[in-house]
Amino acid sequence: MNGVELSLAGCRLIALGTGALHWPDRQMLIVSDLHLGKSERIARRGGMMLPPYETRDTLTRLEADIAATGAQSVICLGDSFDDRSAAESLSEDERLWIKRLQAGRRWVWIEGNHDPGPLDFGGTHLAELPLAPLVLRHIARPGASGEISGHYHPKVQLPTRGRVISRPAFLFDTSRLIMPSYGTYTGGLRADDPAFARLLAADAHAVLMGPAPQRIPLCLSGGL
Amino acid sequence: MDLKPIFHDWFASKGWAVHPHQQQMVEKADAPSLLLIAPTGGGKTLAGFLPTLNDLADGTHEGLHTLYVSPLKALAADIKRNLRTPVDEMALPIRIDDRTGDTTATRKKRQRADPPHILLTTPESLALLTSYEDAPRMFKGLKRIIVDEIHALSESKRGDQLMLALARLQTLCPDLKRVGLSATVEDPEAIARFLAKHPDPTQIIHADPGPAPDIQMLTIDEPPPWAGGGAKYAIPAVLEQVRKHNTTLIFHNTRAQAELFFHNLWLANDEGLPIGIHHGSLAKAQREKVEQAMVDGSLKAIVCTGSLDLGIDWGDVDLVIQIGAPKNVKRLVQRIGRANHRYNAPSKALLVPANRFEVVECIAALNAVKEADLDGDPRGRGPRDVLCQHILITAAAGPFEADALYAEVTTAGAYADLTRAEFDDCVAFCATGGYALRAYDRWQRLKQLPDGRWQLRDPRAAQRIRANIGTIQDTDTLKVRLKNRAGGKPLGEVEEGFAATLTPGDTFLIGGQVVRYENLREMTVEVTRRRSDNPKIATFLGTKFATSTQLSHRILRMFQQEDWPELPRHTADWLRLQREVSQLPEPDRLLIESFDLDSRPYTVVYGFAGRNAMQTLGLLVTKRMEEMGLNPLGFVATDYATMIWGLDPLTDPAPIFQRETLRDGFETWLAGNAVMKRTFKASAHIAGLLERNSLGQRKSGRQATFSSDILYDTLQKYEPDHLMMQITQEEATRGLVDFGRIEEMIERVGARIDHRTLPRLTPLAAPLLLEPGRVPVKGLAEERLLAEEAERLMAIALRGETPEPEKKQWRVPY
Repeated sequence: MNGVELSLAGCRLIALGTGALHWPDRQMLIVSDLHLGKSERIARRGGMMLPPYETRDTLTRLEADIAATGAQSVICLGDSFDDRSAAESLSEDERLWIKRLQAGRRWVWIEGNHDPGPLDFGGTHLAELPLAPLVLRHIARPGASGEISGHYHPKVQLPTRGRVISRPAFLFDTSRLIMPSYGTYTGGLRADDPAFARLLAADAHAVLMGPAPQRIPLCLSGGL
Repeated sequence: MDLKPIFHDWFASKGWAVHPHQQQMVEKADAPSLLLIAPTGGGKTLAGFLPTLNDLADGTHEGLHTLYVSPLKALAADIKRNLRTPVDEMALPIRIDDRTGDTTATRKKRQRADPPHILLTTPESLALLTSYEDAPRMFKGLKRIIVDEIHALSESKRGDQLMLALARLQTLCPDLKRVGLSATVEDPEAIARFLAKHPDPTQIIHADPGPAPDIQMLTIDEPPPWAGGGAKYAIPAVLEQVRKHNTTLIFHNTRAQAELFFHNLWLANDEGLPIGIHHGSLAKAQREKVEQAMVDGSLKAIVCTGSLDLGIDWGDVDLVIQIGAPKNVKRLVQRIGRANHRYNAPSKALLVPANRFEVVECIAALNAVKEADLDGDPRGRGPRDVLCQHILITAAAGPFEADALYAEVTTAGAYADLTRAEFDDCVAFCATGGYALRAYDRWQRLKQLPDGRWQLRDPRAAQRIRANIGTIQDTDTLKVRLKNRAGGKPLGEVEEGFAATLTPGDTFLIGGQVVRYENLREMTVEVTRRRSDNPKIATFLGTKFATSTQLSHRILRMFQQEDWPELPRHTADWLRLQREVSQLPEPDRLLIESFDLDSRPYTVVYGFAGRNAMQTLGLLVTKRMEEMGLNPLGFVATDYATMIWGLDPLTDPAPIFQRETLRDGFETWLAGNAVMKRTFKASAHIAGLLERNSLGQRKSGRQATFSSDILYDTLQKYEPDHLMMQITQEEATRGLVDFGRIEEMIERVGARIDHRTLPRLTPLAAPLLLEPGRVPVKGLAEERLLAEEAERLMAIALRGETPEPEKKQWRVPY
C-alpha cells in the first residue's frame, strides 16, 4: 500500500494515497468527510441529479483500505453523512455494508457540522476523540497541538513541467494535520486559501493523494 | 404582397432602387419558410425586414409582429439603430426594441407586459422567453421570425436550441412565417432544411453574388519560417498595406496569435498608425471602445479574431488580411466579405501564410475560392443534450404532454429522425436522472400528473432552469484586472489553467499590453502594467479550428501535380525535395515515414484529418505502441500529420491503422482520457446534469464546484451506458476528439499504407520538430512528473534555498 510516513507529536503516521491516514501502532485507520448520501441531499434540495453511486464508491474504497491495513479501529472524522436525512435514506444494502465493515472492530463516528448528534449506525459517537498525545476532531482549533482534523477538504495545485496537477492533499506541520476528504463527490479548498494560513505554520508540508503519494513543502509548492 | 407606395417614395428619395432580391422577399412574404442567400453588403437585413415594415405601416397590428434573432448581442443593437432610419424617415408607427443578456430587468419586464412590434434578440434570450408561463400571451399575434446569420447558427448547438424554440413558437402561433438570412454557403439546401418546419419545403432566394473578390497571397521577399503561427516575418509588409488602405481588418485564427501579432506590430509601428485589437477574451468596455473607434473611422486597422466574423457593419473597411492559413474556405469567403460593404464592388483580401506548409494551404484555399468550392461538414443529428435542456425549458413554462412535445420537436429538421425511444430516454433523464439505480424516484425533477402530463415537482426549479439556459461553453476562465487602489480596471480573461502556471513576476500579453502577474484575489488575476518587450504569452485557448476535410483533400491533390508553378520557389523546392528523398502524401493512400534522429526512432503519419483528429490519432497510436512494448515517449500533431518518437522503432504500422483496432481503442481506452472528460463536461452542463449557475449562492473558492471528471469516472464505472455517456460518445465523433475524421481517413486510405523507412529526417517532417504542443505519453507520466517535482522541491527545502522557478509551459491540457 502506497503511503508517506510522517510524524505528529512523536506518533508515526502513514498518509495513504487513497486519502486515509494509517496509525500502525494503534492498528487504526482514520478517514474524514465521507459525505455519504450527498447525491440524495442535492436531489432533495431540488438541485442536480448526480449519478447516485458515490456511497457505493466511497464504501468500496474504504473496505479496500481496511483490508489492506488490517485496521482494528476505524475513526470517521466527521461529516460522515451529508446530513441526517441523507443518512436515513441510505439503501438497505448500504446500511448492511457499513454494518459488515464495523463487525469485529472498533468504530468511532466523530461529529461534524453536517452530522451533529448520534445516528442509528452502530459504533461509538463522539464529539472528539483524545488519544494522547493526539486528539482527533472534525474542525481544527487554533492553538491546538497533536491535532488531527478534517472539514476543509484541502487540495493542492502544483505546476509541473507541462501541466498543472491538482490533487486532494493532507496538510500538516509540527502541531496538526488536516485530512483530505475521503468521499467520492467532494470538492476541495485550495491550500493557498487564507483559512489554512491561519492554522498552519510557514514550514507546513503537504502529501498529495494519488497512486504514488508525494510529500512536498507547502510554502514552496508554488500554488496560486 | 405588394410594397406600399410610401416605400417606393422612400427608396426614390434615397436615390436607391429596390434590389431584385428585396422585391422577391416582399412578393414571397407569405411563404411559410423563406431563405435569402446574399453576400455581405447586399441589403440583406432590409430585405428581411421589408415585408414586416410594409405590413406594419398601416398601424393596425397589435402586439408582437416580428421576432429577429441573431447570434450576436451587438448585432441586435446595431440592427435596432439601422432600422430606426427608414422607420423614422417614413414616420411609420412601429415600435422596435431589443432584448439580450444586457437588457435591464425593468425593460425586460415591460417587454413581456407590452411587447414591441419588432423584438430583436438572441437564441438564448428567446429560449428564456419561451420558458415563462406567460409565453403564449407574449407571442400572441406573432407573424414572422427572422433568423439572421443562419449559416453560422446552423453549425452550432445554439442553432439547434433556436430551432427547438421555433418549433415551440410555431405551436403557439401556427401561422408564423420563417425567414432565414444567410451568407454564401456550400449547401443552401441543408440550411433550408434546418430552417423549415419539417417536412415542409423552404423557398430559396439567391441574391446576385456580386463581383468575384480580389484575393491574393501577400508577396513578401523573405520566405516564411518552417513552423509556428506568428507570421512575425510579415509585419513590415502588413504595415505597408495598412498604410496604403483606409481601414484594414487583420484576422487571426487564435486569440493568442492575435495578441502576439498586435504586440509585434506595435513594436514596428514607428509612425504610430492607429491600430486596435479586438477579440472575445477582452473586457467588454475594451471591446466597445475599439468598436466605437471603428465606427468613428479613427482606426487604420484592427487586429482581430472570429469575434469580428459576423455581421456588424464597420463602415469603411477596404482590405481584409488573413494571417495564417484560413483552415476553412467558407469562413475565408465570409471574412473577405467584410471588406467593402458597397454592393457590386469587389472585396479585397490578402492571405499571409505563417509558415512554409501554410503557403501550400493558402494557395489551395485561393483556388477553392476562385472555383467557389466551399466546404462544410454535414452536421448530423440534433444533439440530445440540447434536447434535454429544451425539455426542462418546456417544463418551466408549464405541464406538457410527452406525445405533443415529441411531435413538436421532430418538426425541427435536425431532430426529424429522433426516435420515440430516444426522446423518452431524454424525458426520463430530465425526470429522474435516468439511472438504472432508481435513487431519485422520491426527488424527481419532473413528475407525471394523473392525466399523464409532466410537470416540475418543485415549481421553484423553474428559476434554476432559467439560470442555466444556453449552450455556449465557456471554458473556465478568470478575470484579469489592473491592481490599484481604485479597484482596478478589467482587462479581460485568461484560462484558469494558464493562470495556474503563473507566479508573481511573470509577464503576459492581454489586450495588447504587457502586464505583470501580482496575485490572485477572489478568483481574479491582479496585474500591473509593465514595459517589456518579451512577455510570456497569454495563450488562452481561443478556438483552434481544424483544417476542413475539403481543404485537406485539395492540398493532397495539389501534391500530385508534376510541378508547382503557382507556388513561390522556396516552397516548390521543398516539395520537390520531399518527392526526391521519400514521396508526397496521396489522397487515397496513407504515407507513414520512419527514420532515426539523434539515434532515436521517429514515425510520422500523414493523415490529413485536421488538428483534433490527428491529436486523437496520436493518443490512440501511442497507446497501441505502448502495448506492443515500443516505449513511445511522446507525440506532436498538426492539421496534416502526427509525429511520434520513442525508444523502439515501429516496424510494421499496418495493423495499428486498421479500422477495428482504432475503433476499439476509441471505445475502450480513450474513454478514460481527459479529452473525453472535457466533452462530457460540456454536455453535462447543457443537459442539466450539472449546473453552471446556482442561484443566490456565490461560490467560496472552488469548494462548491463539482468535478465533472469525478462524475464521468463514476458513470464509467457504474453505469457506462447511461444517456450522458451515450451523448459523450456521439459528441466525440466531432469537436475536440473528432473521431469522425479518423474514420473518414481510414475510409479514404483503406489498406493502402505506404510505410517508408528512411535514413534521415525528411523535408516534410522537419517542420514538425519545431511544432509546439508536444504531448508526453501518459501512462504513469503524471506520477513521474509529480515525483520529480516533489523531489526537486524537497531538495531545495532541505538546502534552505529559495527555489528556482521551473521554466513553465502552458498548452492544451490533454
